[in-house]
Amino acid sequence: MSKMRLLAVFGVLFGVASFAGMALFGINNDPSELPSALIGKPFPEFTTRSLDDPNVQITRADLLGRPALVNVWATWCVSCKVEHPVLNDLAKQGVVIHGINYKDNNPDAQRWLRDFLNPYQLNISDPKGTLGFDLGVYGAPETFMIDKKGIIRHKFVGVVDKRVWREKLAPIYQELLDE
Amino acid sequence: MKRFIYALGLTMACFSSAQASIDTYEFSTQAERDRYRVLVEELRCPKCQNQNIADSDAPIAMDMRDEIFKKLEEGESNEQIVGYLVDRYGDFVRYKPPVNNRTLILWYGPAAFLAFGFLMVAVIVIRRRRSVRAELAEQQLSSEEKTRLSDILKQYK
Repeated sequence: MSKMRLLAVFGVLFGVASFAGMALFGINNDPSELPSALIGKPFPEFTTRSLDDPNVQITRADLLGRPALVNVWATWCVSCKVEHPVLNDLAKQGVVIHGINYKDNNPDAQRWLRDFLNPYQLNISDPKGTLGFDLGVYGAPETFMIDKKGIIRHKFVGVVDKRVWREKLAPIYQELLDE
Repeated sequence: MKRFIYALGLTMACFSSAQASIDTYEFSTQAERDRYRVLVEELRCPKCQNQNIADSDAPIAMDMRDEIFKKLEEGESNEQIVGYLVDRYGDFVRYKPPVNNRTLILWYGPAAFLAFGFLMVAVIVIRRRRSVRAELAEQQLSSEEKTRLSDILKQYK
């Protein structure tokens, strides 16, 4: 009987421990942040107009050659405004960032880039969100990291602030540069 | 007849809200409409996570409904359409995730826990029954005691 009781005590302890483990996991894990289905897959093919000049076309081939951040943004997206100065800083440091203007209209977006500066090397216009759909975008801001071959290596959902950059994205970017 | 019309009216009232997100699309066949219905109810909105894309007002759910409608009209199968969305948004968008190594616990975990629970109850019940039986056996008089008891009882008769 006492063996039984010992077993029961261990069982309860194990239950409590696993519950605590799960709770900790839950606290550190934002459920609104989905893992991307595209990690390790090539950036989808696309052909769109440039936001800066409607006569210029941008395709997937323009992204190749060097690792880059691809930032999905829009003027209707409130947190994009919070993120923008950080992106400007990164661009000044020499980080390659491309922008996808997602479900937006060009005049508003152009004004935004004039007023708040333009951190983007390529300005991809995606007014209907078709490229965004192929990328599995479900809200802005989202930031993809691609290597020089155009493979998606990481995705971050939410505002890229200084801490996120320092702790999460910068090490990955450095790794991609070193490849 | 009047009753029948009332009943019909009530039935239609019940369905009118359920079909709210269907009405913007013109399906070429009823079968397609039914398949659309099933798909938008089985797929989960990535933005507002506890809603299917039929219920959700999020722009992304709208886009997904548009894609499903387009693909149905193009004659794609349900598997192709779900595959198309899973390629972009991951298994997360399926309310019925596929059975694979990563989802084994999800599918069979609850049944395993239930079975474990029943097993524990069974073990406890059997053990208790055994110990009660042993106690009872201890309480019973041995044949020696019985003869002594009957002897004593005889003396008082």
